Amino acid sequence: MKHACVAYDRAIHQATEHDGQLRLGDGRLVAFDAVRWLPPLAPVPRPRTILALGLNYADHAKELAFKAPEEPLVFIKGESSLIGHRDHTVRPAGVEFMHYECELAVVIGQTARKVQRANAYDVIAGYTVANDYAIRDYLENWYRPNLRVKNRDTGTPLGPWLVDAADVPNPMNLALQTTVNGRLTQSGHTRDMIFDVPCLIEYFSSFMTLKPGDLILTGTPDGVVDCQPGDVVVTEIEGIGALINTIAAAP
Amino acid sequence: MSSPPFMPTGTIYGTLLNTLDEWVALSPQMAQPPYKGAPKAPVLYIKTANTWSPCDSPITVPAKATEVEVGASIGMVIGAPAQRTTVRDALDHIAGYVLMNDLSLPHASFFRPPVKYKNLDGFLGIGPRLLPPHEAGNPNHFRLEVRIDGELRQTVDYARLVRPAAQLLADVSEFMTLHPGDVLLLGCGAQRPLAHTGQRIDINAPGLPTLGLLSNTLVAEAA
Repeated sequence: MKHACVAYDRAIHQATEHDGQLRLGDGRLVAFDAVRWLPPLAPVPRPRTILALGLNYADHAKELAFKAPEEPLVFIKGESSLIGHRDHTVRPAGVEFMHYECELAVVIGQTARKVQRANAYDVIAGYTVANDYAIRDYLENWYRPNLRVKNRDTGTPLGPWLVDAADVPNPMNLALQTTVNGRLTQSGHTRDMIFDVPCLIEYFSSFMTLKPGDLILTGTPDGVVDCQPGDVVVTEIEGIGALINTIAAAP
Repeated sequence: MSSPPFMPTGTIYGTLLNTLDEWVALSPQMAQPPYKGAPKAPVLYIKTANTWSPCDSPITVPAKATEVEVGASIGMVIGAPAQRTTVRDALDHIAGYVLMNDLSLPHASFFRPPVKYKNLDGFLGIGPRLLPPHEAGNPNHFRLEVRIDGELRQTVDYARLVRPAAQLLADVSEFMTLHPGDVLLLGCGAQRPLAHTGQRIDINAPGLPTLGLLSNTLVAEAA
């Protein structure tokens, strides 16, 4: 099943996909374009942990002139950088290089502590699509990638759907792609991850307990290009969804 | 009747290199690889919710770690959304101040995000109390003392910051909104003491007894 979280009729609703429409929790059916899409996540009792991978596809590491890491390169994002499907991401004034990153996002479904790789799929609730924008002008070599690059307001579109893990037989066998104004600019495949999803869950849960609703953004393949205000960026993963985002000029 | 210990509700952002003694200690390395320059923006990291330990609770040290580094800091708890605030207005967004003990596994490189050193379960002591600004006064006058098993091991002086509280908040809010319940740490100082399993860490602010005493004991991981 595909789950969404939407604002409609002055309230926030958990919803599911139903024959090309959204079925709200109260049973009403509404059109996709009648709602404001929010990140497809249920509320959690404490701030969710959002782990994000850098250089987790060999081709992207090469593109950025880094050798592939020997252990996961991870950074953490605050929840307030998340926005939903069909929303806008701000390009700051005066920057040279702002790029999207299409990523498979894992949503944790059960408390996970010291989980072995062989059991890792048991703790996953489902998957969604993340677009982990970066402003490369702001990169500094202190806790790189630093938060000014990766934790900006509107910088992390997520959605449209949370797809149940049961409906994704093999998350390590999915095609990813990004289009900018309809032109294909990024194309990759989750089988090319350096650290695959079970490996990442084993690694993180070895020292930190993950809780339901926590996220792992698993990194992006080769093919990132600069985006300008007005560009429509669609990050899409096979069987998970197509996440639409538009670049906006700074206010 | 005492109120329950304060626990935050938002995201906790830590700050590296915001005390002058840290800056001085690292400045000889700043021009060298991998840093290739002094940081321009505030150097931040996140202490995820799995790290949060209330005051007086034990904190588990993994079996492989011989020592942990103590990171005493003041946390500024946000009360009103802070987005591109000015230095002059910055402190109006603060709901209060709280003591924090930002524990780390000791590490010498600050090139990559410190997740495996700083985001271990329990590695952030918090509390006990949120002190509102009208009781706390000017944050530039705060001082912290760190004791391990009762012995004074470090003082942190918030008159000696790279970015004083208002400047730090303004500079961070330039690129990300701080929301009510979020916390921004002012900095932990250089010369952070090391502690090991069995020891008690106490942090207090002399002159601000109403902030309370943040006390945590390090315990060994169960076999």
